[in-house]
Amino acid sequence: MQTFDLGKEGLRALNSSLHALKGQTNMTAWEVINPKGAHAIAAGVDAPVDITVRGSTGYYCAGMNKQATIRIKGSAGPGVAENMMSGTVIIDGNASQYAGATGRGGLLVIKGNASSRCGVSMKGIDIVVHGSIGHMSAFMAQSGNLVVLGDAGDALGDSLYEARLFVRGSVKSLGADCIQKEMRPEHLALLADLLKRGEAADKARPEEFKRYGSARKLYNFNIDNASSY
Amino acid sequence: MTDLPRTPPRFSATFTPAVNAEIRRAAASGIYDIRGGGTKRHLPHFDDLLFLGASISRYPLEGYREKCATDVWLGTRFAKKPIHLDIPITIAGMSFGALSGPAKEALGRGATEAGTSTTTGDGGMTEEERGHSRTLVYQYLPSRYGMNPDDLRRCDAIEVVVGQGAKPGGGGMLLGQKISDRVAMMRNLPKGIDQRSACRHPDWTGPDDLEIKIMELREITDWEKPIYVKIGGARPYYDTALAVKAGADVVVLDGMQGGTAATQDVFIEHVGMPILACIPQAVKALQDLGMHRKVQLIVSGGIRSGADVAKAMALGADAVAIGTAALIALGDNDPVWEEEYQKLGTTADAYDDWHEGRDPAGITTQDPELYKRFDPVLGGRRLKNYLKVMTLEAQTIARACGKNHLHNLDPRTLCR
Ligand SMILES: Cc1cc2nc3c(=O)[nH]c(=O)nc-3n(C[C@H](O)[C@H](O)[C@H](O)COP(=O)(O)O)c2cc1C
Repeated sequence: MQTFDLGKEGLRALNSSLHALKGQTNMTAWEVINPKGAHAIAAGVDAPVDITVRGSTGYYCAGMNKQATIRIKGSAGPGVAENMMSGTVIIDGNASQYAGATGRGGLLVIKGNASSRCGVSMKGIDIVVHGSIGHMSAFMAQSGNLVVLGDAGDALGDSLYEARLFVRGSVKSLGADCIQKEMRPEHLALLADLLKRGEAADKARPEEFKRYGSARKLYNFNIDNASSY
Repeated sequence: MTDLPRTPPRFSATFTPAVNAEIRRAAASGIYDIRGGGTKRHLPHFDDLLFLGASISRYPLEGYREKCATDVWLGTRFAKKPIHLDIPITIAGMSFGALSGPAKEALGRGATEAGTSTTTGDGGMTEEERGHSRTLVYQYLPSRYGMNPDDLRRCDAIEVVVGQGAKPGGGGMLLGQKISDRVAMMRNLPKGIDQRSACRHPDWTGPDDLEIKIMELREITDWEKPIYVKIGGARPYYDTALAVKAGADVVVLDGMQGGTAATQDVFIEHVGMPILACIPQAVKALQDLGMHRKVQLIVSGGIRSGADVAKAMALGADAVAIGTAALIALGDNDPVWEEEYQKLGTTADAYDDWHEGRDPAGITTQDPELYKRFDPVLGGRRLKNYLKVMTLEAQTIARACGKNHLHNLDPRTLCR
């Protein structure tokens, strides 16, 4: 285990050490201590390593992550795992705004709650939130899956494209062009797998969720939908 | 009947035939007019400025014998690897999607041969463009289509796009006709939809967030790449100051004349500030912060000739960017296609329905039949020629003003 004291050695030294791990490495276990809410911790990692951050992080922790498993033993600031490509990010606490924004792959697990705009513009990432999510979540979400064991705030899935949203609790309101959809067997199977990978299999069953998706009415300009543009 | 003269028919200056035609179009279709290009109305522009030339108190440089240098450094503030260009005329960001693959290749070829940079656009980086561009600026846009850390690392500079002159406050637009399989795949969208990009970034708002975002991008790329911030002409004094505060290496300022691939006509014509009015405010902001020439300023919006380049630089810009003019150099709107423009209900030099993807010149299209018409090698050569001419023109003016580098042009060389 490589232990890195962020308070002492600084962010630049941390990220350049992590970026130096290209492809396969035998230094697979890392621990970051004294994060103290610093921004961009472990941003841009591209190696199959396991990084544990002992404490809470600022903006954009694990930004653009590829391959790495990053565990945050605290809460995460805005834009955690933004534009993640692959790998896994697991947050023990809560996540601030824009968690997983524009994520293209990999898995983001938030064991607490997520604030507004969770999964905004997501493009292929899977997000599993054990608690609830705030307003405007999955705004313009393009693809991937968002699973919420708790409730969703206002305007869920506004201007949604092809992302799939699964919410167990209540949804305060749906955004433009987002509708509830039928849960078919393939969705239950997908959800079972996501709950398992999201460390939530013992907390919820797939049958308890409702599925939401795009009505696809705003896909092409149409005068009858003018009020939604 | 008397022979009294009759009042001849008189058109209203308010309800002109063009205005009335638009009312009829709106009434029939129920949707606003979307088009490409920049502002078509008359605006204060570089034509309203002149150079003084040399006189008794200033002596000129010999036109062909004395050196007048043209190179420029960009990104010297924080980047470990700043950019050095031979000429201060860069190619502005234009999306793959709006433009065909071969057109992007031609921009790369022409820019590289002329010793300057080209820029990606909404929709991500293409191999055509990376492969043919010696210096490539990678745009970081609200949509984040195609954004990934590998392309961030293989670009030469990163441009965070906050706004565009044609539509400060608006997002991109690409209508279904142009969402081909390749475009759909790069953008991760269903084929054939009318795609409207977000106008705000998904994970930051305001100058304090922007500072952290820029820091993150620097961390991901190990502080190597220059980071530009592109703003549309709206509040240039404050926006320039805030971009500097947020840590930009370069500010790209695009005035309202600036072209776009597709936007509402009402937006293009009625929102934003002409570039001529923007530059002095941006320069003032840089000077007030003690950052003029330390944070470089690239300006764009209706730049057509070496005279425009020289004027922009005399007002304090470090370099310029061209969009529309580069497309025209490639062959856009060329009268050789007049017959086909007529079929589309328009005429050469007025064709602006780029969003429909039926460009006879094969530049603003994703239709393989049309883009096959366009030869990227020839297009690249034409662009190189045009860039060289603009440079020679700017040098001609600078020498006449007694300047041995384009950067030595200053407001005192202008007739004001
Ligand atoms: C076809 C076309 C596509 C464009 N696409 C983008 C884009 O993707 N991102 C962007 O920031 N600006 C885009 N622009 C604006 C240009 O980067 C630039 O600001 C503008 O063209 C400069 O003005 P000019 O056309 O008068 O030279 C586009 C412009 C054109 C003409």
